[in-house]
Amino acid sequence: MNELVFFINNVIIAGSVTGSIYAIGAIGVTLIFSIMRFAHFAHADMMTFGAFMVLLLTTLFPAAGASIGVPTALVMLPLAMLLTATLAVGIDKAFYKPLRVHGVKPIVLVIGSLGVTLMLQGLIRLFSGTGGQSLYVDDRKEIFRLALPFEGARAPIVITEPQLYLFVITLVAVVALHVFLNRSRLGKAMRAMSDNPELAQASGINTNTIVAVTWVIAGGLAAIAGTLLSLDVTFKPDLSFFLLLPIFAAAIVGGVGHPYGAIAGGFVVGFAETLAVFNWNVLLRPFRDSLPTWLELPSNLAFVGTEYKIVVPFFILVAILVWRPTGLFKGKVIQ
Amino acid sequence: MSLTMSSTTPLLEARDVHGGYGGMNILNGVNMALQTHEVGVIVGPNGAGKSTMLKAVFGLLNVTQGEILLNGQPIHNLPPNKLVERGMGFVPQEKNVFPSLTVKENLEMGTYLKPQNVKRMLEQVYAFFPPLVEKRHQPAGELSGGQRQMVAMGRALMAEPSLLLLDEPTAGLSPLYMNEIFDRVKQINAAGVGILMVEQNAKQALAIADKGFVLAAGQNRFTDTGAALLADPDVAKSFLGG
Repeated sequence: MNELVFFINNVIIAGSVTGSIYAIGAIGVTLIFSIMRFAHFAHADMMTFGAFMVLLLTTLFPAAGASIGVPTALVMLPLAMLLTATLAVGIDKAFYKPLRVHGVKPIVLVIGSLGVTLMLQGLIRLFSGTGGQSLYVDDRKEIFRLALPFEGARAPIVITEPQLYLFVITLVAVVALHVFLNRSRLGKAMRAMSDNPELAQASGINTNTIVAVTWVIAGGLAAIAGTLLSLDVTFKPDLSFFLLLPIFAAAIVGGVGHPYGAIAGGFVVGFAETLAVFNWNVLLRPFRDSLPTWLELPSNLAFVGTEYKIVVPFFILVAILVWRPTGLFKGKVIQ
Repeated sequence: MSLTMSSTTPLLEARDVHGGYGGMNILNGVNMALQTHEVGVIVGPNGAGKSTMLKAVFGLLNVTQGEILLNGQPIHNLPPNKLVERGMGFVPQEKNVFPSLTVKENLEMGTYLKPQNVKRMLEQVYAFFPPLVEKRHQPAGELSGGQRQMVAMGRALMAEPSLLLLDEPTAGLSPLYMNEIFDRVKQINAAGVGILMVEQNAKQALAIADKGFVLAAGQNRFTDTGAALLADPDVAKSFLGG
């Protein structure tokens, strides 16, 4: 029974947390690709920027959350989303739009976004320092322990307060995006432009408006992903940058340009990571007596060590590009 | 005087239009005039610049010399979305639907600039293309070629254009659908929409044309009524395969 609890804590909950963050990040990447047709490498640092804005605002007004009983960081999240969206629109105007107007190849935009990522990282480091800082400036991180009503289940299921918020906010963001894309006039125009940009223009859709809306959504989602990640662990200026590979793997696994695919891809990569580093020895322990005696189980039966977790999305990425380049859902093939 | 001027101002007029892609001229002086009640058809051999001329009218091509007028107003080098605002509709030959959007969503995109008209125009377009009604919640990418052409024309009609540009609307369709599309074109024109279309099926197209423009090497070779062009032995010999 305790082994099952261990599995729930270390795979189900941990995988959902990682998967949610990858999913929200991958949705942004996939939306930008579907409208502007380039891989936006600065996305991870937009996430960091969003989290940093939350950190700044929380430090400025540490008591804002206490009055309504939620962490101050969450109260500041909408404002940080707005700031990150503004930054995203500004970056597009300053760096990507001039390139687009010249009709450059997508690879030039990709390299441009690498430049933006270096610039953002430098800027954030300049103001935040290089160390880690908790987004819980003035509040305490609640930890919930749910005891299972079974006999022999001594270990509780552990879930922290930011993880609960993470699940709720992910769900809300996904539902809101679904409604926007399928019900609103602007959302449908966005899908139309993703399908066929020339025809969208021939229908009178102002493509500049759609591009701006895409950046607003991508910036807002990036702020959510970065903040939720920093709430779960701590804020570090390079925290999100290391998520770039799994996020791109998630977007490609799901099928590039496919928002629902990005969600699925996020959870596939998230769970693959947690399953790969999970110590399977724990689950075999109850059956130890019935195993043949010549079989000696090593104490750690994980596929890869935690420190090599990053190879998992890398492997998934290579595998999907080799065997199914369009992704799980039929997405666009990056050329 | 001004009254008589306006009554004779063509819906669309092209004067000595030159243009092409990337410095290479494909159009070398095309002239056209079309009234609202007319169907104009552009025919000619491959590479004559037929589709290029249509794209020039819709602002998808840089016009380097000459001018294009809509209701007497110069429009060359205006972007397509501005031309849609001025009452022009364009149905490209290929990629003329949004494949992942449903039929209904495709049509809605046609009234993107006038969302208040969506309901009224949807009813009109469904009445005009009844086969689309039962397919309305299906992605347009799953439809047959003929149904896609209906969606594409329907999307353009949703904006209530005064001039509709069609690029080879019958390309790749079976003869049955081909006649259906030509009938529809005549009906749309009868409802007060000027039509300018490019066609490979020159004989059938000229048969419904009020004006025919035979292009060769980016210039008008023959310009006359559709019936006169069909009867002209020179046109028949060089462009209609005997």
